Amino acid sequence: MSLLIQLTLSFALLSILAVGGGTAVLPEMQSLLAHQFGIDHTQFVHIYSFGQLAPGPNMLMVLVIGYQLAGLIGAGIVLLSFFLPSSILCFYVGRLWNRFGESPWRRAVQNALEPISLGLMASGVYAVGKASIVSPITLVLALITFYLILKTKLNPVYLILGSGGLGALVMLYL
Amino acid sequence: MTLATDISIAKLKSPKLSDIFAQFLLIGAISFGGGIMAYERILLVEKRKWLSADEFMAYLAISQTMPGLNSVNMAALSGDHLRGALGALIATIGLILPGSLFVLGMGVLYASTSDHPLANLILIGIAAAASGLLAAITYRIGEDNWRHLKSLLIIVATFILMSIAKLSLPIVLLIMAPIAIYLYRPSQGV
Repeated sequence: MSLLIQLTLSFALLSILAVGGGTAVLPEMQSLLAHQFGIDHTQFVHIYSFGQLAPGPNMLMVLVIGYQLAGLIGAGIVLLSFFLPSSILCFYVGRLWNRFGESPWRRAVQNALEPISLGLMASGVYAVGKASIVSPITLVLALITFYLILKTKLNPVYLILGSGGLGALVMLYL
Repeated sequence: MTLATDISIAKLKSPKLSDIFAQFLLIGAISFGGGIMAYERILLVEKRKWLSADEFMAYLAISQTMPGLNSVNMAALSGDHLRGALGALIATIGLILPGSLFVLGMGVLYASTSDHPLANLILIGIAAAASGLLAAITYRIGEDNWRHLKSLLIIVATFILMSIAKLSLPIVLLIMAPIAIYLYRPSQGV
């Protein structure tokens, strides 16, 4: 039971802190899961990549974390505690917004939060990269994906699946 | 504006809950590989005309400023706009339901086959690509922020506090948010 409460509190906190989208809380989530719930960095990166393969918001991968730790109930708890707090907050702010309209301070806050969430996203890249780029072949696969995402309009799902297949082939036969 | 168009607009603005659910469910099911906000814009502004382009931009700004996933926030805000609290709930559930079932299926597979050697090899490549993808998305979302000294300094300072000094996220936000808001205070312009 205490595991479920811990999960609820942790993910509710991450929800409220997820300024600029879920990627900003990746490093915090990774270290929290490692220290409090025993999910190591490799597992975390695997689960993270499931989110990239699924349709819908890629942070839905938090469900897998809940499932790993506490089965279906864990998945449900994590889903609610990660999505409800921020959604409710946004819902009420949206209503306030309709009442008060544009203010120069809102612009200021948004402009200020943008580089902060980028810095946090960069930390997310660093955290995920450190756990997933572990050999020359993984470095090459990551760089190819980076390049193709920026230079082409290929759907990321194909790139991720292709990288998984290519990586497995190379590691099996070379 | 005539009474007839008033009524037709009122009709457009309060669609059935089942329609809201179905439309967001569709986005949740087909948006492989991200870009959900683009699908939402097509639905809300072009396909169903539930929001004007201006309303969409205002909601987009709120979605991005508030914590939480932008696409989920957008679903809650536009659902509320269309049908109040129930609309917000229905839109949000529709958006996240397909992906939830999908990742849950993968999670069940993962939990039962995590020792499979071939699966492990494939996952190594998948994870490498996912980090390349994340780096590319971060770079692209940043746009001009990478080129301006002020924003670049905030990005670097945030990264250092988080990844090098390894402070916890609430502390990083408590340090960086006041500094950044001061730097971007209204009198400064942008």
